[in-house]
Amino acid sequence: MKLIFERHKSGRRGFSYALPDVPQAKPLAKQYCRKNDTLLPSLSELDVVRHYTNLSRLNFSVDTNFYPLGSCTMKYNPKFTERIVAFEGFAQVHPLLPQLSGGGMLAQGSLEVLYETEKLLAEITGMNAFTMQPLAGAHGELTGIMLIAAYHKDNGARRKYVIVPDSSHGTNPASAAIAGYKVIVIPTDKDGYMDLEEYKKKLNNEVAAVMLTCPDTLGIFNPNIKRIADMAHEAGALMYYDGANLNALLGKARPGDLGFDVMHINLHKTFATPHGGGGPGGGPVGVSEKLVDFLPIPRVVKRVDGTLALDYHRHKSIGYVAPFYGNFGVILKAYAYMLYLGKAGLIQAAEIAVLNANYCLASLKEYFAPAFDKKCMHECVFSASRQVKNGVHALDIAKYLIDKGYHPPTIYFPLIVKEALMIEPTETESKETLDEFIAVMIEIARLAEENPSCVTQAPIHTPVKRLDETKAAREPNLRWQP
Amino acid sequence: MSYIPHTEDDIRQMLKTIGVAGIDDLFKDIPSELRPKSFNIPEGKSEFEVTQHLRKLSAKNATHLVNFVGAGFYDHFIPAAVDAIAARPEFYTAYTPYQPECSQGWLQAIYEYQTIICELTGLDVANASLYDGGTALYEAAMMALRLTGRNKIIMDSGVSLIYRTMLYTYTSNLSIEFVEIPVVHGQSSREELFKHLDDKTAAVILQNPNFFGAIDDYSDVVSRVHKFGALAVASVYPVSLGMLKPPGEMGFDIATGEGQSLGLPLSFGGPYLGFMSVKKEIVRSMPGRIVGATVDSDGKRGFVLTLQTREQHIRREKATSNICSNEALCALRAVVFAALLGRGGLKELAEHNYWKAEFAKKTLARIPDVEVKSSSPTFNEFTICLKRPADEVVYKMIDKGFACGFPLGRFYKGMDNYILVAVTEKRTREEICLLADSLEAVLR
Repeated sequence: MKLIFERHKSGRRGFSYALPDVPQAKPLAKQYCRKNDTLLPSLSELDVVRHYTNLSRLNFSVDTNFYPLGSCTMKYNPKFTERIVAFEGFAQVHPLLPQLSGGGMLAQGSLEVLYETEKLLAEITGMNAFTMQPLAGAHGELTGIMLIAAYHKDNGARRKYVIVPDSSHGTNPASAAIAGYKVIVIPTDKDGYMDLEEYKKKLNNEVAAVMLTCPDTLGIFNPNIKRIADMAHEAGALMYYDGANLNALLGKARPGDLGFDVMHINLHKTFATPHGGGGPGGGPVGVSEKLVDFLPIPRVVKRVDGTLALDYHRHKSIGYVAPFYGNFGVILKAYAYMLYLGKAGLIQAAEIAVLNANYCLASLKEYFAPAFDKKCMHECVFSASRQVKNGVHALDIAKYLIDKGYHPPTIYFPLIVKEALMIEPTETESKETLDEFIAVMIEIARLAEENPSCVTQAPIHTPVKRLDETKAAREPNLRWQP
Repeated sequence: MSYIPHTEDDIRQMLKTIGVAGIDDLFKDIPSELRPKSFNIPEGKSEFEVTQHLRKLSAKNATHLVNFVGAGFYDHFIPAAVDAIAARPEFYTAYTPYQPECSQGWLQAIYEYQTIICELTGLDVANASLYDGGTALYEAAMMALRLTGRNKIIMDSGVSLIYRTMLYTYTSNLSIEFVEIPVVHGQSSREELFKHLDDKTAAVILQNPNFFGAIDDYSDVVSRVHKFGALAVASVYPVSLGMLKPPGEMGFDIATGEGQSLGLPLSFGGPYLGFMSVKKEIVRSMPGRIVGATVDSDGKRGFVLTLQTREQHIRREKATSNICSNEALCALRAVVFAALLGRGGLKELAEHNYWKAEFAKKTLARIPDVEVKSSSPTFNEFTICLKRPADEVVYKMIDKGFACGFPLGRFYKGMDNYILVAVTEKRTREEICLLADSLEAVLR
């Protein structure tokens, strides 16, 4: 498709402002002004709408395609929450309004959303309190690690290391490193768990935190989790829970009860807010009691008269991690989703998510090698190792699925599984959808044996065929040039 | 309530395929002693009930106030076509375009967004977005530290206090030396800045227009910064760039800012849009997703996520940043907004803001006991000084139906009598005159 800039025609306008009702001011001195106008395109409103509508049609999305992208929880995004965030009383409130003198009373509705969401998340996870500020999961990780650093500093301890298993999300070590820690990586044992012997060896009084995903990225629940936590605590380290996979545990286990001290939640995963093509997300961070004092300011607090207010007077707080109170629009959608599902709905979400993943695992394990031969939680991981013998790689399988109208699973992650295919169907997909997907996967397994080139040449029905990623990286073309 | 499509029969058949008797068997790995100690969540409600409940909550927020509060976050009009495109489920229910062949729509839209940001800021390359203007500024600072191998950062106090606070929070566990340059008469003091500039400096961070709305041409500062081998970082307000000299023209190495003004609702603080653009020599040190153009196996143009060896999913603890999710849908709103306005519309928008603010300045200056404090030119925001505590006046103005501005005493010592007043294109002459009348009445 043409670029929006290639549709430019001088003289067109897509939007006009009313003639100003004030006099033109004296022009600014030249030194303050831009030399040339921008090269923004001039187009009619229809030009713009048609261009982006047609672009949208080149995407796979949850509403148009099954999207079993592992670790991303691409469940259905309710439509009614979109309507709620557009309410004028939510969309048009300036974030500084409650910071004006007497302004707190002007934003009681939004403050209540924040306050109540925090309470619900705390009960769901067994944590003591949440900050809603972090703007995405990785942002929550960074916040969590900073809270841990503040805690140790407050206790006069200088700790240098953060432990992560080699199966962890890339964001875990990256967040720890950016917060100033050195990362220790623990290998995975033959059963798919973090190697306890190695862990014992590496754990000492210089370790600040242990970051874990549970269920882990292999989709399995580590029954030793409490032991791992106890050992960390004995060494004076804190436990960090990466909430990417929380969907599997709703009502089944709570990170707080498992011994975690800090955690983040990806609202756009477990709580069904749209992924938006890569964001915005929401990454609230929950903490156990000993870390509450360090949470970012302001905190939303209830006053004696029942009204809500912003509390800035917390001298141990780490400060601000976002300009205001988090991605409010995202938090609001997650709140509406929780109210709609309620207790039974949340528990059922976890149950059916796990059922769907195990159904895929059971139906496909004859054809693809499971990473570990045991029941899974909300996602199942295969290796394309059998197919590779015939020259069909995980990437080829992904591309063939695209031709068949499926968004591929996550591939080549976790890094510890060769040729990994990580399938997370989520609870909102029906048995029919799964059966059709499974049939295509089985067809791929057969083609890999009988006619591998058929798979390795995919995709052929897409707007573009396989793209030259090497060229993209070697000769970066990152913007349109006239 | 739920969105689960399974019938009881479906569940039975699926359990049979799996080879277990019941769903509980799938959770056997969770030992009984680790089951939830409580799970006191209210029972679900219907869509209608939840909607009504939240409509009531939304009505507890004040929407009747005429808004003159800005401070980095502005009340601009959003064309309906922006909402319509952002509401396309093919955009908002997709995720990061890891698989380019089924994500060309997203990838091209982001490539176009990157171009728009380059055009606005006058720099070479932009990333696919960051969380907000504050985290973008933090990422810019980290980038400067990496590139120079130094650890001192000079920051003008005309940079939003919100962003400065965020920067301090993020770096509290690192050993970075910060120097803050005081603002004199609302403008950055070159004398003070140059005093601290040395060959240990990694970056000098400035904001234009600064927090007080004052416009500057920092070309002289930037060339001095470069003499010391440091990087110049600008935090900018994109709407102002419809008329103001962009950071690229002043020689800045990195520009960041808050993109909320490009078609995003105020929405009580988010979701917003952090943008970043840089000189092409340093692109490989830039954080965040980047989209690049390439060709497919038939030689046809297509787009991919590129330069990924900078990123956490490849480099893990050695990545340039930990960012994974960004604010793609907000970036889409920005590019649609910019395409609708076009080059002429963006200039017009900037001019209207400037003219209305100038009109408001003159109108407020006529009130006895109000002094307009900006000695340098301003864009769409300026400070006024009163003879009484600003807090008290702002409070009384709420009763008159105005959010008349942001009292600066909360952010700046010794500025208890100052109010920062923002005037966007949405404010009418009538509203501005009424603001002046009401303020005069309150001050009387």
